[in-house]
Amino acid sequence: MSDIYTLGIDVGSTASKCIILKNGCEIVSKSLIGVGAGTSGPERAIKQVLDGCGMKKEDMAYTLATGYGRNSLMGLADQQMSELSCHAKGATFLFPDVHTVIDIGGQDVKILHIENGAMVNFAMNDKCAAGTGRFLDVMARVLEVRVDDLDKLGALSTKDVAISSTCTVFAESEVISQLAQGTNKNDIIAGIHRAVANRVVGLAHRIGVQDTVVMTGGVAQNSGVVQALAAGLGHEVHTSELTQYNGALGAALFAYQKAARAAGVK
Amino acid sequence: MSIEARIQEFAAINPAEQLKKFKAQGKKVVGVLPYYAPEELVYAAGMVPMGIWGSNDKEVMRSKEYCATFYCDIAQLALEMLLDGTMDQLDALITPTICDTLRPMSQNFRVAVGAKIPCIFLAHPQNRFADWGVEFCKDQYRSVLDKLAFLAGHDVTNKDILHAIKVYNASRAARREFVKLANEHCDVVNPIQRSAVLKASYFMLKDEYTEKLVALNEELKALPAAKWNGTKVVTSGIICDNPKLLQIFIDNNIAIAADDVAHESRSFRFDAPENVDDGLLALALQFSSMDYDILLYDKFSNKNRRAEDVVAKIKESGAQGLVLFMQTFCDPEEMEYPYLKKALDAAGIPHVKLGVNQQMRDFGQASTAIQAFADVLAMQ
Repeated sequence: MSDIYTLGIDVGSTASKCIILKNGCEIVSKSLIGVGAGTSGPERAIKQVLDGCGMKKEDMAYTLATGYGRNSLMGLADQQMSELSCHAKGATFLFPDVHTVIDIGGQDVKILHIENGAMVNFAMNDKCAAGTGRFLDVMARVLEVRVDDLDKLGALSTKDVAISSTCTVFAESEVISQLAQGTNKNDIIAGIHRAVANRVVGLAHRIGVQDTVVMTGGVAQNSGVVQALAAGLGHEVHTSELTQYNGALGAALFAYQKAARAAGVK
Repeated sequence: MSIEARIQEFAAINPAEQLKKFKAQGKKVVGVLPYYAPEELVYAAGMVPMGIWGSNDKEVMRSKEYCATFYCDIAQLALEMLLDGTMDQLDALITPTICDTLRPMSQNFRVAVGAKIPCIFLAHPQNRFADWGVEFCKDQYRSVLDKLAFLAGHDVTNKDILHAIKVYNASRAARREFVKLANEHCDVVNPIQRSAVLKASYFMLKDEYTEKLVALNEELKALPAAKWNGTKVVTSGIICDNPKLLQIFIDNNIAIAADDVAHESRSFRFDAPENVDDGLLALALQFSSMDYDILLYDKFSNKNRRAEDVVAKIKESGAQGLVLFMQTFCDPEEMEYPYLKKALDAAGIPHVKLGVNQQMRDFGQASTAIQAFADVLAMQ
């Protein structure tokens, strides 16, 4: 029987990610474009992932879209699914013993409770930027640093600075106030990481936290937030180098299930 | 007439058009704010009561002058419509105060629009069980009635009130039956249609509304039971009438089996007794009998009866889970949530809590949460 290739597309609020899987287990190509829903990002990400393995869209047995912009791809994808289900699937593939997934994306925080690889409960943040990737973007701009450098700078902190986790706008004012007082930027950044973690910890406790805890989404690349989260939860927090691709990976895995079923593969 | 055509008659009811129509007919119209105002008295006085539960189309602008930043949208949008001219034709406004937010808001209404629309203050008693609580409630209703009679320009007799009670009890019974039928025939009545039918009751004269609803119920009763292959949920919250939000249910093959929504079933759960000769006393006894409500004092509050009542509703209706629409800045609902969650978790019933408000225009996040919830329910 010939190989089955499936495409998972995760169109988030701030980035577009794609993964092509071979036979539901081998990643043959992946792409990430730093703009998401409503932009050229999804189209570019799809082109890049196909070019990356020299394949065409027609070579894909099944294509599944997920993420905030999933509905905009319905002409192109065979099916769309919520990113929560896809993150559960992707995290289980990467960490088979996972029970809790914490996904912090550009505008959402999601906590998933996984049992036997299936999502059985979840909690999402309210419509508020506090605790999300957007929160870090805003703070990085105020601090005049690159968001990618936040973890390295926060690691140099020597003093605790408290930053509010209630509201991005209030927290921004606090950061400006700290800067005006001459507080060290690195200390402020570490405080920001704790603020994000505090917000997420409260949400996570709504559904309970069980090992293995896995963090996904773009913010999982920030080791400062990961460490603050581990401290706040009292659990080790695992991440993967595929953290940003986790939703796309889950989508590609679901796509494989569909394609395999259609092809009669057990 | 087809079922769809009958439902469309309710869906086509437009509050602004209704207000114009009633005024053109020479009727006086009284705006009624949430919760539990005895609309029967307005009806008994020969006037038209119209419910005011905010708006899904307006934005809070003018009412900001009178309200703190983090204030209930429903209250603010009600004031907005009173300030922007939408409801200038109203002849009076009844402002109940059982909600902690609407109590101070009643004074904002009076200050903001009292000069053009008389505001009738109504204080329900939280201690509503004892005789003196019932007597207090009756006194309050008498005060409301006096003001309505003055507005109407004629006396309102006890016979008028007793007749109004019969009309309203019949309407409540019809709505309760419709809720059950909408569950049994969820393939015919989708969540948007269900909401439209119930919502229309706030903008029509009750006898006219009930006649149409009874006819619809009869048609639904004659249908074979639905073969539903989707999931079913119970909805909870203050109000859940935004078609864009309800469309997400349809898109994900989710039916509403029953509701614990203040704007819907909570508003017509309890009838006024018809075996009491004194109409005002009958209405006070109706309020006294109300129970299982976030806003009402529960003398057995340590038993978590309300939350368990919601759990029982979920089980009885055949729903698999609960979707809670948490209105932004609604303190009573937020305060109650941990108790509700405790009862749901103990019963093993999944739920999802969605932060909503009437100024929401984008439902992307709600769509994701509801779709994921449908996945969770399907998995079970």
